[in-house]
Amino acid sequence: MSSTFEHVSPAACPACSVTPAAEALAEVPQDARLMLSLPGIHCAACISTVEKALADAPGVQSARVNLTLKRAMVDADAGVTAEDLVQVLERVGYEAHELDPGVLASTEADRASKDLLMRLAVAGFAMMNVMLLSVAVWSGAEGVTRDMMHWISAAIVLPAIVFTGKPFYVNAWSALKHGRLNMDVPITLAILLAVGTSLYETIHSGEHAYFDAAISLTFFLLAGRYLDYRTRASARSAAQELAAMEVPRALRLSADGETEAVGVAELAVGDIVLVKPGGRVPVDGVVREGTSEIDRALMTGESLPAFAGPGTAVSAGEVNLTGPLTVEVTAAGEDTALHRIADLVAIAESGRNNYTSLADQAAKLYAPGVHILSALAAVGWYLYTFDLRVSLNIAAAVLIITCPCALGLAVPAVTTAASGRLFRKGMLIKDGTAMERLAEVDTVVFDKTGTLTMGAPQPVGLGDLPEEAQGVALSLATVSGHPLAEALAKGLRDMGRLPVPLTDVREVPGYGVAGNWNSTPVRLGRATWVGAEAPGVTATFLQIDGEAPRAITFIDSMRPGAAEAVKGLRANGLRVILISGDTKGAVDRFASEIGIDEVVAEALPDQKAARVAELAHEGAKVLMVGDGLNDTAALTAAHVSISPASALDAARVASDMVLLGKDLAPIADAFETSVKARARIRENFSIATVYNIIAVPFAIAGFATPLMAALAMSASSITVSLNALRLR
Amino acid sequence: MDVLVILIPVSLFLGAVGLAGFFWLLKRGQFDDPEGDANRILSGDYDDKPKG
Repeated sequence: MSSTFEHVSPAACPACSVTPAAEALAEVPQDARLMLSLPGIHCAACISTVEKALADAPGVQSARVNLTLKRAMVDADAGVTAEDLVQVLERVGYEAHELDPGVLASTEADRASKDLLMRLAVAGFAMMNVMLLSVAVWSGAEGVTRDMMHWISAAIVLPAIVFTGKPFYVNAWSALKHGRLNMDVPITLAILLAVGTSLYETIHSGEHAYFDAAISLTFFLLAGRYLDYRTRASARSAAQELAAMEVPRALRLSADGETEAVGVAELAVGDIVLVKPGGRVPVDGVVREGTSEIDRALMTGESLPAFAGPGTAVSAGEVNLTGPLTVEVTAAGEDTALHRIADLVAIAESGRNNYTSLADQAAKLYAPGVHILSALAAVGWYLYTFDLRVSLNIAAAVLIITCPCALGLAVPAVTTAASGRLFRKGMLIKDGTAMERLAEVDTVVFDKTGTLTMGAPQPVGLGDLPEEAQGVALSLATVSGHPLAEALAKGLRDMGRLPVPLTDVREVPGYGVAGNWNSTPVRLGRATWVGAEAPGVTATFLQIDGEAPRAITFIDSMRPGAAEAVKGLRANGLRVILISGDTKGAVDRFASEIGIDEVVAEALPDQKAARVAELAHEGAKVLMVGDGLNDTAALTAAHVSISPASALDAARVASDMVLLGKDLAPIADAFETSVKARARIRENFSIATVYNIIAVPFAIAGFATPLMAALAMSASSITVSLNALRLR
Repeated sequence: MDVLVILIPVSLFLGAVGLAGFFWLLKRGQFDDPEGDANRILSGDYDDKPKG
């Protein structure tokens, strides 16, 4: 089936589709065309709210929502960024993520699926007309009338079958060239043999012609292939389009103090680079000048920003938060810690490609089986009658009646129904076999920061502050890009606080923000900086001169649905493990809160991957759920993996499924759905097999008629599709 | 049975018209967002003419 089709087709190599997209990205368009992923939309009101909000945003020319793909396409002036629009949508209550506008890859997938749909339509048209003509033959047309019906059928089917069967011929040919068998080989053989013998029969005024069978076989198989293609191609491209975060460029400081933007590849050890606040560190290095705070969450899983001053070591991928830093490069390009993680991913990936899907297993049994069967029938009949025409007719009947159409539909019909169901719940399936692998899982490994938690601390107990202190805190917090300050500002604004006028406001990178309020000095920042004791929890301090410093504490709130997901997975008898790079205390506290007993804290990226590999070695099938760079190796090493949409690009690419929304609850649901889907696929194979066991003896004995073939084919295809629909 | 000489070409022609119509709609993107179109009829904002 098409999984085999992808392995053998030379055009399916990932690099081929990536290269043109990269070229197209290099051209800078005049007006911005932005694409947003909108996991939360589901109704008519959502469409109009989102479109209205986007259309009212400054600089936006037009906006159109696609509910089927849960996306919005926006045409805007050149200056508008996706970030602005995401905020606009957040204000009206919709979660949004930027999609990479390098849509070329998705239009390519689009064109391929339209091409299949076109062939499907032609096959459907030809099938209907030929069936009408065939009914006349089945109901007893004789002599010249029957010949005329056969000739008209041939005139319709011959061109139609050349056009519609092309995907099968191409795949069968490339499989044979590599000396392999796939599902397309018996399909092609059945089509060609059926059309060939039918044409011969028609020329010689024969009784039976299988034109209708040949074309309806093509129709049903194309339907299966189209479903398969749509579920996979669209999901895969969407997951890859989610915008990239890696920095391709760095600011290098030359000896005379000038900065120039250079590619990361051009940097050498000993160069000095400038990292602006909000920027990602491009290299491994040591801070030379400046103080700031750096966010290491994506690298290590630590939930709190760390202080960085002269002498602090930083690694590529970390985010500089508050002040500019000059960094001396100690390792660039392939030697960075970031790159070592990528290497771990590559190693893990090479060990993974040995999964055989149910469809491939079935094809392996089926393809040689039918060839041997029909060859035996042909040889047997030739020895019995010494009539080549009879024996070829029998061989064609056997190939057609073995119902590869039911087999061709068995898997795609189920995966389409199941992935449609999961997509509606907010989950995107990137890999065709992901659902089958998920069904086998018995152990689930969660990452903590950013996966089970939001990865963003929220202030608590703001109401305890005096009202004027709240205003001062808001005014100070708005100045800084530090995540705690941003969360504080948002929390206060949501309470309806307004900023109070301050003078002489300045940020002291690495420490906090200071200013004057009615000529009283005020400060917001680190405990040591305002003269308070460092607390054991995440906190920032507000000091109004002459008063004691006030602590504002933060908690990293649990993701919605996290507890349900853990509970649901445990209810299904799965073993749940929490592995985090965070400190032991924080991890233990969180684990007991969410209900996980098995905990590994302070794990380094390679330890995470090693633990997952160790579990796999013990015979466990591991589902890994994670979001950070430090998780990517573990995500790849696991049997199947899931990452949230907020995850880093590399993590999303490494995982098999992507959660579109903030909610984690679909994970438990996905497991149940995939178990059901696997059961349906197996049922479908059984149904197809039962049909074959009944029909094949008739065909081999020479009793098969075109009417029987048509009935068997339609009945089995429809049964299989209906069985798949029970999943919805 | 002579009527078949007319009826068969007519039925083929009508089928071909339908097929051509389907191709046209496919090219025009009418099947790009079936779910959205199903929901848009419930919306109160009329977009029966292009936005000025």
